This record gives sequence, structure tokens and C-alpha cells, in this order.
Amino acid sequence: MSIDIDTARKVAHLARIRVAETDLPKLAEQLSGILTFMEQLNEVNVDGIEPMTSVTPMRLKRRTDVVTDGNYPDAVLKNAPDAREGFFAVPKVVE
Amino acid sequence: MSLNKLTIAAARDALKKGEVTSVEITEACLAEIDAAGALNAFCAKTPEIALAQAKAADARIKAGDAPAMCGIPLGIKDLFCTKGVASQAASRILEGFKPEYESTVTQNLWDAGAVMLGKLSMDEFAMGSSNETACYGPVVSPWKVDDRQLTPGGSSGGSAAAVAADLCLAATGTDTGGSIRQPAAFTGIVGIKPTYGRVSRWGVVAFASSLDQAGPMTKSVRDAAIMLGTMASNDAKDSTCADIPVPDFEAALTGDIRGKKIGIPREYRMDGMPAEIEKLWADGTAMLKDAGAEIVEISLPHTKYALPAYYVIAPAEASSNLARYDGVRYGHRAKLSAGEGIVDMYEKTRAEGFGPEVQRRIMIGTYVLSAGFYDAYYNRARRVRALIKQDFDQAFAAGIDSILTPATPSSAFGLGEMKDADPVEMYLNDVFTVTVNLAGLPGISVPVGLDAKGLPMGLQLIGRPWEEGDLLNQALVLENAAGFAAKPAKWW
Repeated sequence: MSIDIDTARKVAHLARIRVAETDLPKLAEQLSGILTFMEQLNEVNVDGIEPMTSVTPMRLKRRTDVVTDGNYPDAVLKNAPDAREGFFAVPKVVE
Repeated sequence: MSLNKLTIAAARDALKKGEVTSVEITEACLAEIDAAGALNAFCAKTPEIALAQAKAADARIKAGDAPAMCGIPLGIKDLFCTKGVASQAASRILEGFKPEYESTVTQNLWDAGAVMLGKLSMDEFAMGSSNETACYGPVVSPWKVDDRQLTPGGSSGGSAAAVAADLCLAATGTDTGGSIRQPAAFTGIVGIKPTYGRVSRWGVVAFASSLDQAGPMTKSVRDAAIMLGTMASNDAKDSTCADIPVPDFEAALTGDIRGKKIGIPREYRMDGMPAEIEKLWADGTAMLKDAGAEIVEISLPHTKYALPAYYVIAPAEASSNLARYDGVRYGHRAKLSAGEGIVDMYEKTRAEGFGPEVQRRIMIGTYVLSAGFYDAYYNRARRVRALIKQDFDQAFAAGIDSILTPATPSSAFGLGEMKDADPVEMYLNDVFTVTVNLAGLPGISVPVGLDAKGLPMGLQLIGRPWEEGDLLNQALVLENAAGFAAKPAKWW
């Protein structure tokens, strides 16, 4: 499986990473190289094998569905590049 | 001996006897750090915090309330969130980020009285094997055999360089595919990746959540046992952190491994393996045999597929974990031109903030998780992962106590030497270590010898799940038998 320039452009957009048109051929080539390396997995017989979901045979912990933490908006917003009036601020998203 | 050269065990004993103070040891380390700028290991120094913690530790020791790590100065990998102190995973995208909270691992260390000297550089988001992807520039290994600058390995390269150069008594590391064990091997120190779930991941910047584990990087096996005992805990904040008691790992260090069955996996004997690594492996096998262990040749048939499975699973998880870096809540946000909207903000922020290797892995992960490819790549890799774990389960069920392998396929290489290499070539550094993460097992790298150039080489012992005590004991026997005492000659 090799990745062409259109696919590389699409993947970059899905990943929300801007890639200049001139950089797409190199990216496509590198991604193709990595995918070719992964093709080895097709040699393995995986019939009847369940995909692993947890590496330790352990049930995830449960707890009561109650609020256990919170009420410090200042700390939450402290590292925001742009915070105003208790909110994260972003460019306009609704016209 | 200069105080910065102490092991944790020696410092603990001397502190207890009142022969030294934590302030004295801490000051010795801070002076060494200031003089070691050429190594580029520390990316943030915290001398004020260190001295305040050292004073508090001295008071605690005097009062007779001193856990083992009390007063021990440490370096902390930049991946751990430390309250009020820059924590940016060596990435531009987390520029300026100062967490409002403390990771569980570092909190456990501070609760025990340990001292933070500063933050240690690493590969960006722990993605790399040479520390060259750090936004702070590469870390330089203290080891030097010619005019080249060598890599300390990665991703915990700052931790490895700092411990090997005696800038701190020990350091924290994290290991997703070998990021503790490979740099430990490259720099002649000890590094253990615990069983998945032994150490809390809370507050550690996530790379691949089903593979990430934190562990100690130390000057001796005993130190690794002491420090792991403090790092490990049960933690309600990490749902994958196991609710099982943390044993006294140091108490397991009896030095007696008679009757233990050590497996030698034939699939780890790779084509083109340097003769020196092969000899090191044979020597290590002989050392364990001489100590009374039974050596058994074993087969782990799916070993060959561990690297490709890892390089599907880890990027898939990374693409999801790193989606949070969007320029909204923390770190870098790109400057926007008039008329640019929120998607431009995401795309420009992430293009500016992530380095090339991180971008590549996010995109590979995005691709293998995208509609139409999920089954072919991601689910297939997870099935292969189940088979890799099954290989180990079968070996342990047959009575094998632990498995001895080389830690790395070579000794350290020069900085820049892999610059034009295919990304996959760099991935081959992890060939002996990724299996352990995929199977969730504990693995430890122990320095065993020097190659002809004079560079350290390590062997890896892989243990049964939750049997770190037993594993550390076998590592201690290997350490004692190898008698590795080489240190890098100071040039920095």
C-alpha cells in the first residue's frame, strides 16, 4: 500500500496539521515507507485471535458517579493562550 | 568522593548516620549541573525548589522520620507534570506550560522527601531513540571515544546523560518502546520499565497510553529497587494503575538465583548483529549460569512482528492523545491572519508546534485509524500484539522465570549520523525492547561491558508480570558478576 499525494494531503487535514503543497511528495514517500514496513503484519495468521484491549487481565476500576473534583476555573484557564471572563477564547466559529 | 557521585543507597546510609546533609549533596549536584551545559541534559533548573526541599529533608532526617528517598536529589524527565515548573515534553507546542498540578509519580517522590534539581530533556513527546527530536536541541552523551558527539539514546536521553555524568543521584524516565532501557544501555546505567500498571501514569504527558510506563534510571540495581518502591503506588486517578500492594523491592535483593530458569530466546539472535553484542549476551548467560541459574533455550515466535505492530499501535494512540494540543487550553497558539478561522488555528498551531517526527507519527496514526484502514492495520496489529503476549505467557507457563536478551542492537551512535536515514531505520533501535511494552512486562537494562571502542553495552532481563523484585534480584546478580565500573571521562 503506498500513499499518494492526495492521500497525504487528506491525512494531514484529518490530523489538523498544515503541510505545504511542496512538502507533500516527501511526506507521502515517508508515510509509504512506514506503511510498507507494517505490511509484514499480513504474514501473520490471526484467525480466531481477538484484538488485545487490555494488556493486563484486569477489569477497569469503577467508582460512584459523583463529582469528586473541580471548582477552580482560574487554575483551569491559567495556561490558556487566550482566556476571557472565565472562558477559553477562540476565533469565531459560528457566523 | 564528590557527593554528586553517590548512589541512592550510599547517600541514604550516610544521611541516616549524619555524615552528610541533603543540602550538601544537593549543592554538589547543582554545581555539577551548572558546569555541564555542554551536555544539554537539563532543560529547566530548579535550584530554589531543590534547596528548600533539601532543608526540609534534613529536618525530617534529624527527626528520625526518613523514608529511603528522603534527601536524595533527582532529575525529572520533562514528560512529568510538575506544579509551577515548566513541563513541556520537549515540544514547542507546550511552550510556556506550567502545570497547576503534580504528577502522581513526582508527588510520591516529594512525599518521601526527595529533592527536585530540575527537568531533563528528552525526545519530543518521547518519540525518538536519539534525543535529537527535542525542541531544546540534542542531549550529548557524557561518553566520548573520538571527536564525535554521541547520542545518549532516547527518549529518556537527558535522564540517562545526567545520571551517567553524575549530575544527579538518579532520574525518572518513561518507556513506551524502550525509552528507559535503550538510553540506560547506551550510557552504562541501570533502567527498569515496570509491569504495565505498577506505576501511575497520572500527570505524565501521554504518548501511547496502553504502552507507557514510568520507571527509575539509576547508577545501580539496588538504587532502582529503592526508587521504584517510592515511584510505584495505587492511584485512583489512573484507572489502569493496578490495585495491588507495592512490595519492598530492595528486600528481594538476596543475590541468590539458584534454580531460577532463565530463557534465551532464539528469535533475538538477529542477522547482522554485531559480534560484540553476541559475545556480551553469551557472557551474560554464562554469568547467570555460574550463579546457579538454569539456562533454557526458548522460542518467542512472533518477535519479528513486534516492531511493525508497535509502529501501528503507538502512533494510533498518539494521534488520539495528541489531539488535545489544539492551541486552546495550553501552550502554543499560532498567530492568525485576518479572516482565518478555527480550523486554520488548529492546523497552523499544530504545524508550528510539533516537530517532524511527531507530525509523522500523528499522521500515520490518523491513517491507520481512518475509515477503511482500521481493520487492516489497527485491528490486525492488536491481534498480533495478543500473539506476542501469548508467546511470553507460554514461556512463563513452562516455568521460565525471566528472559535474557541484548538491550540494544548496537552501542551508541553519533549525533546526526541517522539524520538522512529512513524513519524506519531509527525504529530498529527498539527491536529488543518493544516486545516488553506490547506484552506489558517488566524489563530492566543492566550495563555489562564495553565494546572495542570503549562504549557501554547493556543486557536486558525480562520478568514475569508483577515480579519486579525477582527481576531486580537477577539483575543484581548480573551486575555483580559483570562488575561494570567504567565511567565517562569528564570532557564537559
